[in-house]
Amino acid sequence: MKVSKKILALSLAACMTVPFFGACGSNSASDSTDSTAAPEAEGDFTGTMVIGGIGPLTGGAAVYGNAVKNGIQLAVDEINAAGGVNGIKLELNFQDDEHNEEKAVNAYNTLKDKDMKLLIGTVTSNPCIAVAAESAKDNIFQLTPSGSAVDCVANDNAFRICFNDPNQGTASAQYIAQNGLATKVAAIYDSSDVYSTGIYEKFAAEAANQNLEVVAAEAFTADSKTDFSVQIQKVQESGAELLFLPIYYQEAALILQQADKAGLNVKYFGCDGLDGLIDQLGDDVAISEGVMLLTPFAADATDEKTVAFTTAYKNAYNGEVPIQFAADGYDAVYAVKAAMEKAGITDASISASDLCDALKTAMTEITVEGVTGTITWTADGEPTKDPKAMQIVITENEDGTKTGSYAAL
Amino acid sequence: MMSFISYLVNGISLGSIYALIALGYTMVYGIAKMLNFAHGDIIMVGGFTVFTAMSTEWCPVWLSVVIGIIVCTVLGVVVEKVAYKPLRNASPLAVLITAIGVSYLLQNVALIIFGSASQSFTSVVKNVAPVTIGGVTISMETIISIVVSVIIMICLTFFINKTKAGKAMLAVSEDKGAAQLMGINVNSTISLTFAIGSALAGVASVLLCSSYPQISPYTGSMPGIKAFVAAVFGGIGSIPGAMIGGILLGVIENLSKAYISSQLSDAIVFLVLIVVLIVKPTGIMGKKINEKV
Repeated sequence: MKVSKKILALSLAACMTVPFFGACGSNSASDSTDSTAAPEAEGDFTGTMVIGGIGPLTGGAAVYGNAVKNGIQLAVDEINAAGGVNGIKLELNFQDDEHNEEKAVNAYNTLKDKDMKLLIGTVTSNPCIAVAAESAKDNIFQLTPSGSAVDCVANDNAFRICFNDPNQGTASAQYIAQNGLATKVAAIYDSSDVYSTGIYEKFAAEAANQNLEVVAAEAFTADSKTDFSVQIQKVQESGAELLFLPIYYQEAALILQQADKAGLNVKYFGCDGLDGLIDQLGDDVAISEGVMLLTPFAADATDEKTVAFTTAYKNAYNGEVPIQFAADGYDAVYAVKAAMEKAGITDASISASDLCDALKTAMTEITVEGVTGTITWTADGEPTKDPKAMQIVITENEDGTKTGSYAAL
Repeated sequence: MMSFISYLVNGISLGSIYALIALGYTMVYGIAKMLNFAHGDIIMVGGFTVFTAMSTEWCPVWLSVVIGIIVCTVLGVVVEKVAYKPLRNASPLAVLITAIGVSYLLQNVALIIFGSASQSFTSVVKNVAPVTIGGVTISMETIISIVVSVIIMICLTFFINKTKAGKAMLAVSEDKGAAQLMGINVNSTISLTFAIGSALAGVASVLLCSSYPQISPYTGSMPGIKAFVAAVFGGIGSIPGAMIGGILLGVIENLSKAYISSQLSDAIVFLVLIVVLIVKPTGIMGKKINEKV
């Protein structure tokens, strides 16, 4: 009994130290945030303006938050090196929200205390909606790089860089029909996820207009997202030529692997949630050959802007290849710059509310030639830009292993 | 007809994995009278162990599987000794809460070590082409899941009914006090039960992660809950009940997805469970125990 109590005490002590180490890790991460935002050279700037950023730097969605933060930081550094915006130096203060609504609102309040003049964020949809309610109350300008739910920009002070969910569904149906990819399509979507259902519903509606026949529409839920054998077989029996996957890459990877085993022979088409599929498949990457996705950005596209951005990003972040979220963050800063120039903001000490009123109007008047496309905005905060279709291509390395990459269609 | 057979085979494959996990629940419940909610997370630990072992260069697949099963077995026994044994005489509610605590502890430790993103698991039967029998294509993982589960169930039934240790388990499950009076070491019998249940979880983790080649700290939680349902469905505490419950659950899930609605399959599974429990509250194979007053 005595021994087991000691073991219990020891293991409890061990449990307590483990989260402690975890906390250390995240602290050092936020420290580095501050140090990267530190001014490098006090040149001939007329003042410094704090741009707030919020996104998940730790936790499940950390890959998105870190990409956005890196993209924003890169653009801020470029702009400062070129003399700032109308002589104003930009300074980024990026806070972690762990993809959690409450923490996002706390981060927002912290940023207000740090004299934030405008907010680029948040990165993920649900926290974004929570913060949007606060920023509307305070009349602080908010530009989300990647919050795609419709409600993220419901208020007139909020704009976004990425497409909204329904928009992706409509654009996908149009792309498939206009390029003659298929006439009979099937879809597998997550009926418990607002992103997936939102895209699917608009896709189905637009498919009818485009003379596409949806021959099978199979759903799954968050509680049963590992076994897709039934859905795949029904797609097989429906005689579909193309399978539409408006879902995230984890489930898409499982579907591709199981479809490969079941011998399903269709084309695959997805939206920006499939970004990450190549890494997820690991050794099985070869089965993703030919998968098409509608995403506004692909790192290996060969146009001049993308090449310049990708090279600068790789140089700044140890050779890491930028994902779409990094490009969204990068474009967000240039959109803010364009809007500030349009509105003629020259005084860094302008109040956040006055700045918001000026930028609100300016946003609808500017055109940004960004890495995610040429973007203009409507007054309701939605961007207008052309979606780009990408295809996964597989190349074989010298040692026989295979590598996947995205190529523009 | 072909498609029906295909749905059925896939359902049996899914169900046999549920059955393996359900065996762990039902054995522990039968003997320790507690619901070990950490069982699903032991599967996750097993999966990560095999995943880590296989990603090292020197470790062959069979050795990785053996290491995974050993780690699960040891973990099961350690959890029992540290978390459950001190509470042997506490209220069942306290033990239940402790089990949930252990479950979260394992999940969060895995989150710290491996991160929350799901990682791609290399199937242990990689590069084996699917088999086509009479127009029905069946993957190698499906065949292996079914075969391994059937072998394990036969061995387990033999072990329980024919060996001394197995009979000791039966005795402890019927009456702990009387078993002790007959010279059975109750503590070591309970440890053995946890060891066997967790070893089965180790086997299940390999089958689960090979059939659905992804692993994350949450991999074990949903199959764990489904297997618990299977154990209740078949009659908790009954070993043949867990097997039948698991396989039926998998088949019902797949057939309702195929013929009724892919969206409603979970609702239908639980509806069937409710109906079964209304008609037969002890589950399909559960024994009715008359309480003496």
